[in-house]
Amino acid sequence: MSNATTYRTCPRSGLQFESQAEKLMIANAVAAVVFLLIGGILAIGVVLTRWPSIHWLEADTFYQVLTAHGIDMLIFWIIFFEIAVLYFCSSTLLRCRIATPKLAWTAFALMVIGAVVNNVAVYQGGSSVMMTSYVPMMAAPSFYLGLILFAVGALIACFVFLGTLVIAKREKTYQGSVPLVTFGAITACIIAVFTITSGAIILVPTYLLSLGVIDSVDPLIYRTIWWAFGHSSQQINVAAHISIWYAVAAIAFGAKPMSERVSRGAFLLYILFLQLASAHHLLADPGMSTAWKVVNTSYFMYFAVLASMIHGLTIPGAMEVAQRAKGYNNGLFEWLRKAPWGNPVFSGVFISIIGFGFLGGISGVMMGTEQLNMIIHNTIYVPGHFHATVGGRHDPVVHGADVLPDSGAVPPRDDQSDAGPLAALPVRPVDVLLLPGDDGCRHAWCVTPALGHGVQRQRAGLRMAGCGLPDDGARRHRRHRRDCRWCDLHLHHRWLDPVGQAPRYGRPEQRDHADPADCTDLGRADLWLDGVCCAGHVRAGHGVPGVLHPLLLHQLEIPLHLWGLLSPEDRSGTS
Amino acid sequence: MTAILPPAERLWWKHPLDRVEGTWIAIAFVWCLVMFFMMVWWHAYGRQNLSTETYKTTPQLFSEKAQRMVDQYTVRTETDLQTPVVAPPAGSDVYLIARLWSFWPILELEKDKSYRLHLTSMDYNHGFSLQPANINIQIVPGYEHVITVTPNQTGTYSVVCNEYCGIGHHMMVGRIYVK
Repeated sequence: MSNATTYRTCPRSGLQFESQAEKLMIANAVAAVVFLLIGGILAIGVVLTRWPSIHWLEADTFYQVLTAHGIDMLIFWIIFFEIAVLYFCSSTLLRCRIATPKLAWTAFALMVIGAVVNNVAVYQGGSSVMMTSYVPMMAAPSFYLGLILFAVGALIACFVFLGTLVIAKREKTYQGSVPLVTFGAITACIIAVFTITSGAIILVPTYLLSLGVIDSVDPLIYRTIWWAFGHSSQQINVAAHISIWYAVAAIAFGAKPMSERVSRGAFLLYILFLQLASAHHLLADPGMSTAWKVVNTSYFMYFAVLASMIHGLTIPGAMEVAQRAKGYNNGLFEWLRKAPWGNPVFSGVFISIIGFGFLGGISGVMMGTEQLNMIIHNTIYVPGHFHATVGGRHDPVVHGADVLPDSGAVPPRDDQSDAGPLAALPVRPVDVLLLPGDDGCRHAWCVTPALGHGVQRQRAGLRMAGCGLPDDGARRHRRHRRDCRWCDLHLHHRWLDPVGQAPRYGRPEQRDHADPADCTDLGRADLWLDGVCCAGHVRAGHGVPGVLHPLLLHQLEIPLHLWGLLSPEDRSGTS
Repeated sequence: MTAILPPAERLWWKHPLDRVEGTWIAIAFVWCLVMFFMMVWWHAYGRQNLSTETYKTTPQLFSEKAQRMVDQYTVRTETDLQTPVVAPPAGSDVYLIARLWSFWPILELEKDKSYRLHLTSMDYNHGFSLQPANINIQIVPGYEHVITVTPNQTGTYSVVCNEYCGIGHHMMVGRIYVK
């Protein structure tokens, strides 16, 4: 049913996007951001009313605005974005076409219609029931209908994701196990199916109640099952979010997970236990036994907490290992100080780790304690907690935008006349095809079509004519100590761009070694090519201080500068 | 190798555990155990647990019982609505109705005496938030929640509804006196 599949490779990240999947990702991510925007505008009304000296809105308008704010932020924004993440983690990371694109578009249409119907119901004024919409307080039927349509659409999208995994497996687009990030996305998807099913189980009877078809829905049963939807929808986000952290650690730092076993084991704990967090909403309720509370919110829940503690170590840990491998070894925290703070991909994630992981996570675990819950339940602490989590996740938009496809991509210019740095590769240099990048970045790409399968690890002592690879963060705005962009020296040469363009990294008046070959050996790069799974599929590591940015996936991408900077010896080749 | 590519080792579950990771998992696990046992321990020995005594009820049944208490123990009325102030004897059953948008009646309790406080809602979900003591309990319609309370400080306490219950939610405030 699908059209012919076409792929394009993002020149900035090296990621390969299938055209249908890319459009679906963009559509879902844009819808997500639109609802974020609507929710953000509504938040102005909430804040200016809660601000005592302004007290802007009347009660009826305030509750209406607050209802829409909650639903748009906590359900529509999050789930639209999660769907985009699922498509990215399946189609893009596994390099395969997306399953049943038409069905995926149907799912998207259902979600949009559902979200709009729900929002309209709220704005009509008869449905100011808050996101929780506890029975017996009733909203208009279209309020529930909208939510149900949205949930059905999201459920279909989850199955499109699972179908895409099947396609990737069948068409052998990857070997071995799925990447860790995809593994995390599968976790998110499983939680999503549980969540959405719970939503259907309780919202369908409530819809029937609002139509007068049935007489009543028990308020306590509603609360129990609704929270399996309401809170678990946030747990989808936890799993998806942590997957994105791993992805960013890989993309921004070239970090690898410290241990695949530990990280994946932690995701498995999420599948088993994370949804039980919804039980803590009922800690102050009548009718729940002590055993029920202890088993759910303590005994089981702490397994999920344990998993979060593990991710809390392994993600920054992986970043630290990658940074230390680049030579940032001074003291305990040089690796963090020298992180690419200027790069929104990293700094977004860092804000998110503080906000979502630290503030949101810890405040959430505290709420899950029965005795503490009595002084917290339904107080201002609760919005404090979920604004840390939801606000802390603003970053998926930031780095998602970076990871997700950029339009306006120009195919790389084919310029193979110069063997370039690869001439220095002691390992079969002819096997490596070097392409310079397309734009001002002047990235060079090397793809290695002829490196066969089964290559475990090849190390190429790539002498980069003394130039280190600049990252665009820590070494970009060099204010003190160093003058030269490439090394640690103070210099008095004026930087001349070899191609006659203004250098992208750094300021034109910056002083650098005119000939980077004069730089100290900071500039020597150790380049590893390893784990070749299939043709054109290379993983790269490097021993250069700074970030090889953006780090390639299937191609090795060298941001370069380097391209024009090789010393004559290196250009001539050593092989 | 990196998280966005398939793991380099096919048997990734045999990937060795880093010592730092192992230590951290052990610490985290022990801490989880501590938190778990604290919750159980506190439940057994602490004095800050929510009662689980709950009965199904209906608005009619509950308001009859509340009315009986009000008829018997009202000492005066307060506010424009002539809300009765009820001073039930120590150890008795005390009924507090939550409804749109008030708590009824006003209670007058004695310090260091125990009462069995019955909570329910006549209509929607409400919240029982005792301020400034800051004790928060959910009130669910159809369920009668029985809590033993022993006030240990005198004063005037507010009961604030902290579960959204419609347009008058923010005006739903009750009162408890402790003498």
